[in-house]
Parts: sequence; structure tokens; C-alpha cells
Amino acid sequence: MKGSQAIIKSLTDEGVDVVFGYPGGVLLPLYDVIYDSDLKHILVRHEQCAAHAADGYARASGKVGVCIGTSGPGATNLVTGIATAYMDSAPIVALAGQVGTSMIGNDAFQEVDTIGITMPISKHSYQAMEPSEIPQMIRSSFYIARTGRPGPVVVDLPKDVQEGELDYPENITIDLPGYKPTKKGHPLQVKKASDLILNSKKPVILAGGGVIHSDSSEELKHISELIGAPVTTTLMGKSCFPEDHPLSLGMLGMHGRKVSNMIVDECDCLIAVGCRFSDRTTGDVTKFAPNAKIIHIDVDPAEIGKNVAVDLPIVGDAKIILSHLIRVISQSKSHKTHDWVDYVSSFRAKCMPRLSFEEMPLKPQQVIKEISEAVTDETIVTTDVGQNQMWMAHYFTSMNPRRFLSSGGLGTMGFGFPAAMGAKVAMPENDVVAVCGDGGFLMVCQDLATVKEYDIPVVVCVMDNRYLGMVFQWQKLFYEERISHTKLKAMPDFVKLAEAFGVNAYRVERPGDMKETLQDALKSGEPSLIDVMIDPNEILPMVPPGCGLTEIVGEYKVERENPDEIPYRPSAKETGGD
Amino acid sequence: MDELRSHIISAIVMHRPGVLQRVAGLFTRRGFNIDSITVGPSEQEGLARMTIISTGDDKVLEQIIKQLNKIIEVIKVRDLNADGTVTRELCLIKTHATSERARSEIIQYANIFRGRIVDVGPENLTLEITGTPDKIDALIDLLKGFGIKEVARTGPTAISRGSKTI
Ligand SMILES: Cc1ncc(C[n+]2csc(CCOP(=O)(O)OP(=O)(O)O)c2C)c(N)n1
Ligand SMILES: [Mg+2]
Repeated sequence: MKGSQAIIKSLTDEGVDVVFGYPGGVLLPLYDVIYDSDLKHILVRHEQCAAHAADGYARASGKVGVCIGTSGPGATNLVTGIATAYMDSAPIVALAGQVGTSMIGNDAFQEVDTIGITMPISKHSYQAMEPSEIPQMIRSSFYIARTGRPGPVVVDLPKDVQEGELDYPENITIDLPGYKPTKKGHPLQVKKASDLILNSKKPVILAGGGVIHSDSSEELKHISELIGAPVTTTLMGKSCFPEDHPLSLGMLGMHGRKVSNMIVDECDCLIAVGCRFSDRTTGDVTKFAPNAKIIHIDVDPAEIGKNVAVDLPIVGDAKIILSHLIRVISQSKSHKTHDWVDYVSSFRAKCMPRLSFEEMPLKPQQVIKEISEAVTDETIVTTDVGQNQMWMAHYFTSMNPRRFLSSGGLGTMGFGFPAAMGAKVAMPENDVVAVCGDGGFLMVCQDLATVKEYDIPVVVCVMDNRYLGMVFQWQKLFYEERISHTKLKAMPDFVKLAEAFGVNAYRVERPGDMKETLQDALKSGEPSLIDVMIDPNEILPMVPPGCGLTEIVGEYKVERENPDEIPYRPSAKETGGD
Repeated sequence: MDELRSHIISAIVMHRPGVLQRVAGLFTRRGFNIDSITVGPSEQEGLARMTIISTGDDKVLEQIIKQLNKIIEVIKVRDLNADGTVTRELCLIKTHATSERARSEIIQYANIFRGRIVDVGPENLTLEITGTPDKIDALIDLLKGFGIKEVARTGPTAISRGSKTI
């Protein structure tokens, strides 16, 4: 068969049912095979959206997402999406066309060094030089993308390699002697960790995206209840632990919840699972968790000790290690942290952030509150980047893993909408809502054509503040209100914009209207956009860069000054016998 | 812990195009210092041995090794302990040598350093010397007086002493 046929066969054999792509000259052989293949191809309107959609598909489903771009500009347009997936460890395979092998290096038409450009932003990359290499390359790419610490893999496909003949092998063996991710944690380290935990009085768990990748939400919940440890998450970890759980503290970090930042400062044992201690999570590292012994569980040994000094590392898969820890801890005598849990829950009750605001213009908190009320635990929400993202991260109550998708590491404006598109394609049964900024959505709005054409019923909520809100906030707080190029003076009417694409659109301006409008949009079963006019002057709680996590600037508005929440007490059984 | 030291890192990598770029790119991207890097085939077919000399504190060294290990085409990495390691570098030195006296002196130095004269011209001599980087530095210093026209050094390569392998 031909190289191009082998590519499609390999994808199908990997279980791929849909790809997001955009054709071009060197991809003609491949697209000619796609023409009569069963593989569903979604023609995006910009390659960046193909990469983000593949990423959203992967994050929502746990399966590997696939995107395709042509050589040169097609490949460079994929780059932002590949880097986004790399920073957040999302498993995608990016197929890029390349000029014929005899032309490589001659600055041929639409030639770029895709491998060179993507080397620092991909987990691995391959360039096929012979058609016969294709089956093994694609098999290995998927294997590398989804195992260990997941990440994007790039496959560069020269035109003549797509056209050449090969014998498709019966058996494909993966031969990667330099790639053996550790799964099981070292038993001695696990034992030491359990001793540390059992000797602590104020344990806290910090859960990152690794908990989601390793599918260990159940284990996380089990261990937190077993040892009486409240759970805070990174942005990437959000949704891995139900945020209505009495032990949930919400997100930690620069825009974290007050209770998280304060409790991490106070804890004496921090159990970090599948996170990389990014500067957005830790604040000034020298002031991070100053009273705690830190246990760090991660599949990537290079993350251990990279940003924060760790007392006890355990390298391996979070699911396996957490189960192991649970087994070891369950065998030992009771672990009493009741005082700590009571203390944390009453503190938490006192600083539940305020969501309810009746005024006009609409406060973003009120919008997020109504979004929370309109959706179910199974709704997948994506965010863009900026204030819209941090409002969602801070105020939205997320319940289930893979139901909150956001560009954390790279902070890519324009991620939210195409990621939602990919998520909806992966999970057609789930409602999908993208919460975007007006600036970020405008960067990718052309793909309204895609959701219309393929009838992908996502609902885009544009948090319309006519500002690059997050940068505007920093200018107000740290640059003497010198508002340099963050006011979006000329912006489209988003309702008309959506309608121009044939997409239903609504506008929301007053408190109380968001919930119903969103529910209507979701019920319509059609792609929709809601233009939400919000107050641009609402400031998010934040820790200024370079400060410790407790140094939150401004007033932290709370829902109730005198809460009457009943303290949570894990049952005797859950704490391993009393 | 924070003391800067020179480290000899030996890595077995797949002998494929692009591997050197991946390794070198990693060093620049992560701000690791790289003093020299040498690559050549190893004892196993399809695998090459890379020797990297880098300066950094222990934390940096740990990161270098872990990050190198993450490269799919890197199979093994070891920080070679300087005492238990044989380190050698090859150097070619082209010097001015017009007078009889200069020529005989240069030849004598070459002998003392167990080097060889590998090329002779009417106005120059080219020496070949193998040794530890220190020894080569010393010879270059001595020859400076005659006027060095060109120096070509391979950068050090290394292997552990005794039966130990990486
Ligand atoms: C592609 C890209 N360019 C620039 C930035 C820097 N940046 C971060 S947040 C932000 C403002 C985003 O504005 P908007 O999309 O309107 O969201 P808002 O903060 O107003 O909710 C900018 C410009 C970025 N993160 N990504
Ligand atoms: Mg905005």
C-alpha cells in the first residue's frame, strides 16, 4: 500500500475515530486517502484550532487527540497548540506535511524545519524518511503520547513518503529502549511517606493534573478521607476532587482561594500528587509551605526537586502509589486529625468567596454562580485565558475529573473555544460550555464556521468586558493605572458576529438572566454564543508575583460573615479505626 | 550543595540524526552550561556514546541527568566520578617554526609530552597530542612563544576505570 494509506490504517488501528485538520499541497496524497476513508475529518478554519481541538478531545476523554496541518505555515500554525499541550501534558499526535525528501533543506516552497521548531515543545518527534517507517512511527507516537507523563508527539510526513509504497507489517513492535516510565513507587519510599503522614498533625494534599492523567480521583478521595487531609488543587488539578466535598479547599496559588493559600501555609505535611509546583501555584518558593514536610508523588522524575525542595519523593504512577499508600496506612493504627479538620472547615466556612451580587453591570462572580447553577456535574467546561479563566478557576464548583479544561502552563488565549469543540466531539453526550474572554475568543472566532458546519453544539460564553482584563488588572495594581493598550476600543457585536456564521446568539446583561439563557442554549442542542456584558472593573483576588501565598492583595469578599457550617468529621471507619 | 563543579556526563544514545540537536537544545533551553560535547559510535551497533562536560552545582547536575533521561533517544546517562574515570582529549597544534632552533625545541616538547609531529612545512610544524585537558593546556602554553597558528581540539571523551560500565 501507499504511505498515505498506511498513515490512515495506522491511525485507525490506534482507535482514532476523528481528526482535526486543514489540507495543503504536500498533504494532497493523505487527503486523497481521507476522501474515501471511514475516519471522520473535521475541517477547522485555522490550524491552531485543530491542535487545541485535539487537545480538548484528549483532555475530555483521556484518549489521544489527532491534528493535521500542512508543511510550512500549516505546521507553524499548529505550534501554539502543540506547546499548549506540552505544558499541560496533554496527549496529542500532530501530523505535519513536509516537502519531498529530496527538497528538504533547500528552502523549498512551504518548507520549514518542523522537527527543529517543535523540538523544545514536544515530548518526541519523528520525521519519516521511508514509507516503511510509517507503521512503527505512528504506533510509537501514540504510545509515547499517552504513557508516562503524557504529551504531544509530532510526526513530519514528506510528500514523497506519503506517495511511496510499503508492505504493511503484520506485527508492529515498539522498540524504545530509552523510554521506560516508572509506574510502581519504591516500597521503601511509600513506607516512609506513610510514616510521615501518620506522624503529621496537619496534613494537606495538593493535587495536580497528574491525578487526572492517571485516573486516580477515587484513590485521592479515599486517602484524603482516610487520613483527614483537606485537598487543594493546582489549576490543572481542578476537577480531580469534588469541590463540594467538605475536605475540598479549592484552587491554590496566585489566584487561589484564601482558604487554600492560608492552610497550605499552615500545614505540617504537604502531600503533592502529580503537580510540578509552577510559580503560579507556589508564589515565592522560599515562603511556600514553610512549616511542612513535603512528599512529592510524580511520574516524571525530573519534576522532583526542580522548583521546590522535597523531603520525600516517590516516582511513579499516582494511581498505583496512592493505592499502595492507602494499603500501608490502613494497616496502621488510627490517625487523628480531627482538630485539624474541624479547624480547617470552620476557617473554610468563614472565607467562602462571595458569589452573589445583584448590581449592574453584572459582576463576573454572579455570572459564574449562575453558570454553576445552569450546568450539571457532567457538563464539561473549558476556559480561555485571563480573568475569565481565573474567575472560573476561583469561583466555579467543579465536580468530576476531565470536566474542567484550561490552558494552565502556557496560558494560551484562544484555547477555550476550540478545546470545547474538541471536547464535544469526544464526548457528544456531555454538555460543553466554553467560558472565554472577549479578547481571546476573537483570536479564534473564525471556527464558529466549524461548529456550524459539523453541528458541534458547544455554548460559548463571552465574558465581554471590552478589556484585556487580566493585563488591565495588573496595570491598575502594579503600573499606576497606566492603561497601555488593554482597552479593546473597537470590538464586534458578538451577537451579530455569531449570527453571521449562522450560530444562535444571546445577550445577557442583568443578574438572574445567565442561568436561564445558558440552560436554553444547552437545551437547543445547537452551537450557541452568549455575549455576557460584565463589569470590567472587578478585581480578582491575587497574590502579587514574588510574594508568598498568604500575601493576598485587596479585600477578599466573603459570602457570609457569620457562617453556621457544621464542621466536617471523617467517620471513625474512614480514619482507620478510632 | 551550591558549589560549582565540573562534571563529566557520559550518555549512551541512539545513533540517529537529530539526537545531538536534542541534547544540545536541551542545554540551551534550560540554561545548563556546556563546556564541551563529543559523540562517536559506542561498542554496540546503532548506539553512540556522548561525553558532555558541564559546570554546575549538584542541583543543576541532577536536573541535567534527569532531563537527559527524558529524551526518548537517550538510553543511559551517568555522571562519571572524576577520580574513577579516564579522560582523554586529542589536539592538533599548528605552530610557526622557521628557524632550526625553534624546530628542534618544538620536537623536544612534543617528545616530552608524548606527542608526535604529524605535518611539516617550510614555515610550520603540526603536532598531535593526546592527554588530559590539563596536559594539553600545558603544552599549548609552552608553544605560545613560538607563535601558534591554529589549534583544533576534540573536547574530552571519558570512560570509567575498572570493569564498571555505565
Ligand atoms: C496568545 C496570548 N497572547 C497574550 C497573552 C497575555 N494575556 C494574558 S491574559 C490577557 C488578557 C485576556 O483578555 P480577554 O481575552 O479579554 O480576557 P479577560 O482577561 O478580559 O477575561 C492577555 C493579553 C496570552 N496569555 N496569550
Ligand atoms: Mg476581556
